[in-house]
Amino acid sequence: MNTEISGIILMFVLTVVLAIPLGRYIGKLYNGDKTKLDFIFNPLDNLFFKLSGIKADKEMNWKQHLVALLTINLVWFLFSMLILMNMGWLPLNPDGNPSMTADTAFNTGISFISNTNLQHYSGESGVSYLGQLVLMLFQFISAGAGMAVCAVVFNAMKERTTEKLGNFYNYFVRSCTRVLLPLSIIVALILVFNGTPMTFKGKDQFISVQGDTVNVSRGPAAAMIAIKQLGTNGGGFFGVNSAHPLENPNYFTNILEDVSIILIPIAMVFALGFILKRKKLAWVIFGVMTVGFLLLLSPTVFNEMKGSSNIAAMHIAQPLGSMEGKEVRFGPAASAYWAITTTVTSNGSVNAMHDSLTPLGGMSAMLGMMVNSFYGGVGVGFLNFYIFIIIAVFISGLMVGRTPEFLGKKIEAKEMKIATIIALWHPFVILSFTALSSYLFAHDPKTYAAWLNNPGYHGFGEMLYEYTSSSANNGSGFEGLGDGVPFWNITCGIVMLLSRFLPIIGPVAIAGILAKKKFVPESAGTLKTDTTTFGIMVFAVIAIIAALSFFPALALGPISEYFSK
Amino acid sequence: MKQHILPALKLTAVTIVFFMGVYTLFVWAVAQAAPNKGEGETISVNNKLVGYKLEGQKFSDDKYFWSRPSAAGYNAAGSSGSNKGTTNPDYLKDVQSKIDTFLVHNPTVKKEDIPSDIVTYSGSGLDPDISVAAAKIQINRIAKTRNVSEEKINALVETQIQKPLLGLFGTEKINVLQLNIELDKLK
Repeated sequence: MNTEISGIILMFVLTVVLAIPLGRYIGKLYNGDKTKLDFIFNPLDNLFFKLSGIKADKEMNWKQHLVALLTINLVWFLFSMLILMNMGWLPLNPDGNPSMTADTAFNTGISFISNTNLQHYSGESGVSYLGQLVLMLFQFISAGAGMAVCAVVFNAMKERTTEKLGNFYNYFVRSCTRVLLPLSIIVALILVFNGTPMTFKGKDQFISVQGDTVNVSRGPAAAMIAIKQLGTNGGGFFGVNSAHPLENPNYFTNILEDVSIILIPIAMVFALGFILKRKKLAWVIFGVMTVGFLLLLSPTVFNEMKGSSNIAAMHIAQPLGSMEGKEVRFGPAASAYWAITTTVTSNGSVNAMHDSLTPLGGMSAMLGMMVNSFYGGVGVGFLNFYIFIIIAVFISGLMVGRTPEFLGKKIEAKEMKIATIIALWHPFVILSFTALSSYLFAHDPKTYAAWLNNPGYHGFGEMLYEYTSSSANNGSGFEGLGDGVPFWNITCGIVMLLSRFLPIIGPVAIAGILAKKKFVPESAGTLKTDTTTFGIMVFAVIAIIAALSFFPALALGPISEYFSK
Repeated sequence: MKQHILPALKLTAVTIVFFMGVYTLFVWAVAQAAPNKGEGETISVNNKLVGYKLEGQKFSDDKYFWSRPSAAGYNAAGSSGSNKGTTNPDYLKDVQSKIDTFLVHNPTVKKEDIPSDIVTYSGSGLDPDISVAAAKIQINRIAKTRNVSEEKINALVETQIQKPLLGLFGTEKINVLQLNIELDKLK
């Protein structure tokens, strides 16, 4: 078999094999069951709670959970602005990098608290080491916050009637210390021993074999890269992210980093099965997600390995495939696999430049973010999927003339209204902002000439990709876009902020309202949700919402690009 | 909201100390046992620092194996891809000129044998590797420039091929810096 194809099969199989036990472990954590690691983590967590004056056993209802989440995020946002705008004169800045301007700091701060990690700066020159460490902190706590709200929804889905849904801080701290921390330590140490730097020394200088003087950026990179991959963050230490040879030194680390991208998102699905004691439901959800994932992955791998038809027209060889924007040590198959894993999960790290993917490869990456729930971000990916489940339950209930019930709770008008608004929010915000920027560019191409790095359909694709990535809280980009200007900083900042918190508030509200309702035991009239038929129904809902709302925009971008050649 | 402000502030402070401080220092401390203390592995020739093991550098002389085109000019203080779409007409002209240049310097090479990686930009602008095919088509030029037999250089290239991981996963590749250092040793 082709060694590139066997490489990506290995990555996927390895991820699933690791995700099943990890999911069981995460399930135990959120249930409050005992685990083998309690002897280390109980004292650690208690120290966190004691120092913060938090009573971790005080139960909250869904509204209190959201207030706790939003309050702590406000604190994080203010803290990020403070550091990013002052890091120039603060310590840990051996390269003398400047502080950020207000609009870049606004964008970057929101980007990291919202788990997006869209970067309108380059790590080598745009932040100090202190800035990097602060951003790394947000990579832990924004991921932990996403997992915590997911735990709230899991808890609310249990078969009982209650308003008490656990303690937000408890879920949050547990997610950070017991899941993200140990995994990050393992990944970071493996990276360090493969050559990724972890030093506080500044740039080094040498004279190359040919006699050029070269400066080399370094820094405390390994610690950040680990959590960047695991927490579906994606904000790299260096400008080109995991395409950088220090950030991702070889094929082995590429496997490690790529497995880390989808490990926790998949594990969360299995955690759900464990918590609800409904393994079959978990497998149905995993199945739907995996079918969607493979449908995006296969054409991308095929197109990238086949190579660019425009390059082929120049009559040179493409033995590997399309190599523009890719690294030889990964090759097109592993680059395509990364492009899809990173976009279906809201991670957003890259090991190849997405702007230079073949037209259809770039489209699959965009579609992954447009759906945003084929695995999805840590925690929040399941919340997006939950919305689609609610809609599918309602529609299929109406189709067969049964009361729409999900896990013993009746779904009524109020929940449906919330679910519909949240499902439509994502396409609405992406398309309206893309329309706005396209309008500006089309009416004054001279003023905005610096925006686009490519003409025509592909240029439109750069703008569409940027807002899709912002709204999906992904953070990757068609990086040719000249996005380091106030217009993009501010509009993307607003999109990231709203598209982080509305899709959290909606599902938590629905789950909270449902949890309070009377539990109706399963009967012959109940619509079964852990069947293949229902899985197909959910998939259809996702396909219709994504296809119908985004198809026109994709037709103007990558599809036209593909056919025009 | 009021009752949450104080816990939020305190908890944030604790996470700052723990994740920015303790976690970072732990990884840093273990890194002291890693190759070159986690400062990036370097390569020296005759006790002179000539580069970083993992980072590619510019090779454009006829006597060396060329590395891939770099949008960052192999300036490792930054990193960048071209971010050009594969259908962009200006970009395609750029690639065409790289093919032409390559053919001028390698007159014995047939155009259809040029592998695309040697005329397209890498993702990082610091790609340390080229494909095996990209090395092989440069052998004739280097043999002539250096006045060494093609067989000898071909044998050297063969020793520098890095197989896929465990022979099963990933691509074959050649590290350009390593290859050129060995080339200079060849007499």
